[in-house]
Amino acid sequence: MSKSKTGGYKGPYGYQKRKDGEGRSCVRYKCSLMNTVLDVLHQRPGWVEVKEDGEWDFNWCDVGWLRENFDHSYMEEHVRICHFRNHYELTRKNLMVKNLKRYRKTVEREAGRLEAVKCDFFPLTFVLPSEYHLFVEDFKRSPGSTWIMKPVARSQGKGIFLFRKLKDIMEWKKDCTRSDEQRDEAQVESYVVQSYIENPYLIHGRKFDLRVYILVTSYLPLKAWLYRDGFARFSNTRFSLRTIDDQYVHLTNVAVQKTAPVYNPEKGCKWQMQQLRRYLTAKHGTYVVEELFKDIDNIFIRSLQSVQKVIINDKHCFELYGYDILLDQDLKPWLIEVNASPSLTASNQDDYEMKYSLIEDTLHIVDMEGRLTGKEKRVGGFDLMWNDGPVFRENAGLETLGSPFQTANTHLGGVNDRKKQLRQLLKPFPGQKKV
Amino acid sequence: MMNEGSELSVTIAQIVQRLKGTHLHSQLEKQAKECLHRPEIRLESIKEDVRKFLRATGWERKLQNAVYRELHILPPSGHPEAPLEHTKEPLAYMRKAQASWEKRILKSLNSMCTELGVPLARKRPVLEQKELTSKWNEMGADEPDLSKFRPVYAPKDFLEVLINLKNPNHDHSDGLTARSHWGLIPISLSVRDVPQLREAYPELSLSCSQLGIDDHAHVPPDLFESEHIRIGKKVVDEQDSAAAQQYSRQGSPTGLRAQLWALILNITNDPEDVAHYEQLKAAVIHHDLLVDNLIYKDVKLTASNDDYYFVFEDVLYQVLLCFSRDTAVLEHFSYNSATPPKSYIQGKTGEEEFAVVYPPNVPLLPCQMGIVCRLGVIPFHGFSMYVAPLCFLYNEPCKLYSVFREMYVRYFFRLHSISSSPSGIVSLCLQFERLLQIHLPQLFFHLQEIMAQPLRIAFKWMVRAFSGYLSTDQLLLLWDRILGYDSLELVAVLAAAVFAFRAENLMEVTSLASAEAVLADLSTLKVMPLLQIFLFANVI
Repeated sequence: MSKSKTGGYKGPYGYQKRKDGEGRSCVRYKCSLMNTVLDVLHQRPGWVEVKEDGEWDFNWCDVGWLRENFDHSYMEEHVRICHFRNHYELTRKNLMVKNLKRYRKTVEREAGRLEAVKCDFFPLTFVLPSEYHLFVEDFKRSPGSTWIMKPVARSQGKGIFLFRKLKDIMEWKKDCTRSDEQRDEAQVESYVVQSYIENPYLIHGRKFDLRVYILVTSYLPLKAWLYRDGFARFSNTRFSLRTIDDQYVHLTNVAVQKTAPVYNPEKGCKWQMQQLRRYLTAKHGTYVVEELFKDIDNIFIRSLQSVQKVIINDKHCFELYGYDILLDQDLKPWLIEVNASPSLTASNQDDYEMKYSLIEDTLHIVDMEGRLTGKEKRVGGFDLMWNDGPVFRENAGLETLGSPFQTANTHLGGVNDRKKQLRQLLKPFPGQKKV
Repeated sequence: MMNEGSELSVTIAQIVQRLKGTHLHSQLEKQAKECLHRPEIRLESIKEDVRKFLRATGWERKLQNAVYRELHILPPSGHPEAPLEHTKEPLAYMRKAQASWEKRILKSLNSMCTELGVPLARKRPVLEQKELTSKWNEMGADEPDLSKFRPVYAPKDFLEVLINLKNPNHDHSDGLTARSHWGLIPISLSVRDVPQLREAYPELSLSCSQLGIDDHAHVPPDLFESEHIRIGKKVVDEQDSAAAQQYSRQGSPTGLRAQLWALILNITNDPEDVAHYEQLKAAVIHHDLLVDNLIYKDVKLTASNDDYYFVFEDVLYQVLLCFSRDTAVLEHFSYNSATPPKSYIQGKTGEEEFAVVYPPNVPLLPCQMGIVCRLGVIPFHGFSMYVAPLCFLYNEPCKLYSVFREMYVRYFFRLHSISSSPSGIVSLCLQFERLLQIHLPQLFFHLQEIMAQPLRIAFKWMVRAFSGYLSTDQLLLLWDRILGYDSLELVAVLAAAVFAFRAENLMEVTSLASAEAVLADLSTLKVMPLLQIFLFANVI
């Protein structure tokens, strides 16, 4: 395919954009997942799946493939892949904690204490075994409080347990050295211990956490999009601290995992983010909820800023993160985890439609077809949240010009009329006639 | 004929009677007494000064709200010689029909009781009482075996009863005519047509802004929404019931709705309300009713299965179990067409006797083991859906309970009892059919031809006031207007509007099943535009 060498507007990734009306009309893709993603790719006009060793323009790969192949692949300018090389700086709990702590220190040094407080959205965490002594100091300072032990690299629910007494970790340590599980390369730093949030926000006795989707297309400069849809995942059991008393101990006790007051994504049901937002607004009023969602925005931006300089920026890469947020009774949001491969398998029809739209909009933003100008603040259900600086909504009134009280361009839990917006925004696919 | 003056004084006397001895009364007295110490109260103008004081401190407003509430639930005044029953429900054949329907329900319940060998009421052993107390907040965690219980009736059974109503004054001598068999409801009641509805609901007109339409994402909030919210806050601050009701006609903002509805319904959460709720809770702990199992089953089948209401399962039990023991609900029957009797329930041994009054209503019937009782609000399939949307607004069981009870007493009970009230289900069914017949005659005819009578599909929506069929935010917008206009009429209008909206697809179906399929999913509908278009944008 010939490249246009004259003029030509440079698209958001810096590669030569085709002239208007022309776009990459055939995109060869690889996909290692067998779920919703594959459906979206199959149905995208002009996109063709390639076989094992074929050349590809787009790869929706899993992190395993990335680890083995990224360093050995040469990618042409236009090629796109769905992960950053060292995404684990954000998504592995021990590294995330390390980066957040370092970032906080920097903020405090440069902008003072008040600003640093805004970084206090993750519970007190220590990496084991390297920070064991620091942990013990803090543990002794707050007797009776509950702590949660989490394996660094495993997906949620597995290997997690709660405890209140130090002797429980001693026993666990002994168990660990005997078990076969330690074939992980990073076995030395394989756990984090975190202060357990004992007062989660409950809706009629049930605990829930929030799943939010963030798309990052560049770290330097930082460009991040926030998806309007998301959901609240409820646990099946009523929350009670009693269950910790009964069952807080041994890793080998399988029953612990089933009834633990730790969220298990398999069980329970979901509310759409819009429903949750409305519920909270009905209960606490519009102002309080708007402040809450501002605080949540703050978590996304700062967590990304904390790894901005660590992540190897690469114009070929983009990444769709699944953030897990927990609210406490004071309506303070806490960051629990960031997932580099959020589940895109649908649990029911509504879920399927939501994830389908999410992936479709992700591909619109990646824009292999060259249909965007790069100046968009909204594409489908995604709103541009950060573009080397905060992004604000279009302000209708003159009073807001230059005012410090501009509203952020985020609509989490807001109305998602993406189809309408896309119709107005996008030109038809290259090769397609205008409808 | 009584003249207006004496009618008014009778009404005033009635209201005074009802408010005497309430917590509000004693509070007012207390306030009046205490204010006498204040410097601005002078002996020579004591009456005016005390009044002024009560007005300034908001007590007069509270009294106004209480009076306003009483006016809502007062039965229509009738001839002084007429028995209470007749003023409740003036049409004799309606009274009869309701009485026999209730008899049928009770009979069905009794036979279930006999079949299953479960007593209608039973005192709980102490251990069981303790257990229930400890898991009061998580009753949904249990999975009792409810397979043998079936709902006593479903909405479609009730529809059959309505279809078979007969007005003995109606002359059937001209036999079958197109007119007499146009719709399912065979009786005539006065229902409003579109021109009359337009006059009755001016706030829904195209030229009037409201929530559900003018708060759409693309409409700048300066045009209506911001101002409406500002006014709403003022209404809440003023604590004015009547103003809140008027305001609600244009919709309640999400952040203010809970307070506004509580204001409209005059839910004050007085100590007497709290005490009442605690008493009911104690009654639940104390004895177990057969009806409880029906409640469990209904919640498990409907609310627990719903994508959004499942979270509220526990609190639904707390509310409904108490509701079934609430004798104060009885007083709403003083304007329902049914007459409440008294009842006793004996224990198995015959020695324990305790007066458990099932919400009243039904004539006495002997049943197994010599227990005589009468039953009141027997939950039908879907009953819990009256409560579920309210859980979205109110968290504390006591307040939620009070709100639900007031809504039941003002509106919901009319949806499942036979009466001639304009908000009663019979009128709603008739109005629905008439609206379709007049404005969509082709559709009506077509559906009738293919044996898919529209009412058969719409009935279940109307009986539940659309709860569980619309998405929650839309449902709440509809209920805003029900409260605002103090009438369920819009439920019938909305049902007709839904048919109008899907008329094109319905004209193409050829069976009841396919008609049902076209109307199976209402969760994407926007209620206010539908109502507005149907009432104000159609050519008459």
